[in-house]
Amino acid sequence: MEQNASYLPILIQAAIAIGFVGLVLVLTHILGPRRYSKKKVENFECGIESEGNARFPVSVKYFLTAILFVLIDVEVIFFYPYAVNFREMGVQGFLAVVMFVAFFLVGFIYIWKKGALEWEK
Amino acid sequence: MNVDTTYLIIKSLMVLTIFGITLLIATYLTYFERKVAAFLQDRLGPDRAGPFGILQPLADAGKMFFKEDFIPQNSAKSLFILGPGIAMFTALLTGSIIPWGPQITLFGETFDFQIADINVGILFIVGVVSIGVYGIMIGGWASNNKYSLFGAIRASSQMISYELAMGLSIIAIVMMSGSLSLKDIVAQQHGMNWNVFYQPLGFIIFLISALAECNRAPFDLAECESELIGGYHTEYSSMKLGFFLFAEYINMFISCAIISSLYFGGYNYPFMDMVTDPTVQGLIGTAVLFGKIFFFIFLFMWIRWTLPRFRYDQLMHLGWKMLIPLALANMLATGAVILFNQ
Repeated sequence: MEQNASYLPILIQAAIAIGFVGLVLVLTHILGPRRYSKKKVENFECGIESEGNARFPVSVKYFLTAILFVLIDVEVIFFYPYAVNFREMGVQGFLAVVMFVAFFLVGFIYIWKKGALEWEK
Repeated sequence: MNVDTTYLIIKSLMVLTIFGITLLIATYLTYFERKVAAFLQDRLGPDRAGPFGILQPLADAGKMFFKEDFIPQNSAKSLFILGPGIAMFTALLTGSIIPWGPQITLFGETFDFQIADINVGILFIVGVVSIGVYGIMIGGWASNNKYSLFGAIRASSQMISYELAMGLSIIAIVMMSGSLSLKDIVAQQHGMNWNVFYQPLGFIIFLISALAECNRAPFDLAECESELIGGYHTEYSSMKLGFFLFAEYINMFISCAIISSLYFGGYNYPFMDMVTDPTVQGLIGTAVLFGKIFFFIFLFMWIRWTLPRFRYDQLMHLGWKMLIPLALANMLATGAVILFNQ
């Protein structure tokens, strides 16, 4: 309970933030004028007639980046508990982490050599 | 810590105060940015509304409320409204765990000048900031505009890439302090014992990542007007557009507060032990923290109006091939040096 109580103010802040966001979105909807026009409700694409819509395949590079992010971010998260207990674990813990980083680097060099980080091609 | 009504009332008041200060600062940062831009480009900047144009942000905010709240025909309507909401909500949430000043005693009560001291402080910030990516991604995708989609995809790809380097550079700080709580990290930098003197490389990596996380120039590929009109907020109008812009400025303010807390001692300042009255010491500390924050905000603006924009492959190259290996090396070097000195 002691631990959980320190999160209460964050809940208060979240409630106020949601209230503020909702209030402003409603207010701006009420206050602004509304004039319908056939051309206006189309998407703005530099004034050129818009062709189709934006539901089309995007370069796989972005998805690759997202997948690599998930992989590497999980490894980064593993460092956090280690970093907090770093001093107690001493040299032995440090050597274990060096080994972990070495494994991490093998994977990193692999994706690098495979060209997953190249954007020019 | 006992949870009673007084505690809740005090915390609520504090939340409201910091909420108000955050909104006020974000509003005036738009004015500050235009004035800094004008200064760097040798012109005057806004000077019509009020003396020196200081009412300009209020006029802008008022105008945004009275603009048409426009939703394009092809968009996914509920997501279109949700996007800016998420962006603003996450931006407003991060201020809650920053220690704005040391503990002070007023009227026989001790106040922590911090809304919530949670033991996973930094992880909380990193987590909330990553939810902010959803705001941009949902907003850009729901617009159903090709330019918005590209802006949103670029933004999310860039933000997650730089989050890695940012996380790795924070680890070196956590190793030094042995705690994830921002309050402990700041308290350990008492006086002039700032982390930046031990972590100069970590600071540079963190600063670059923070610029990229905030989508600030030279990393503003998400909204580069020469290629993508307005990027992910092309289709937005009224306060929904205002939310995206506001969230950006709040994020900038909070990033600068985090940089000051992690690397530049937060509310600590040299010779602070010479001030004997703890209340005065605390108040000076808060003023000093805001001084540091505004210095970094000025630095952010200075960078924006001085450097040209990166190309996308250069941006990814910098993030993945330089910052991540550098941050890893920095982390291992920090560990080795601390163990060697023990």
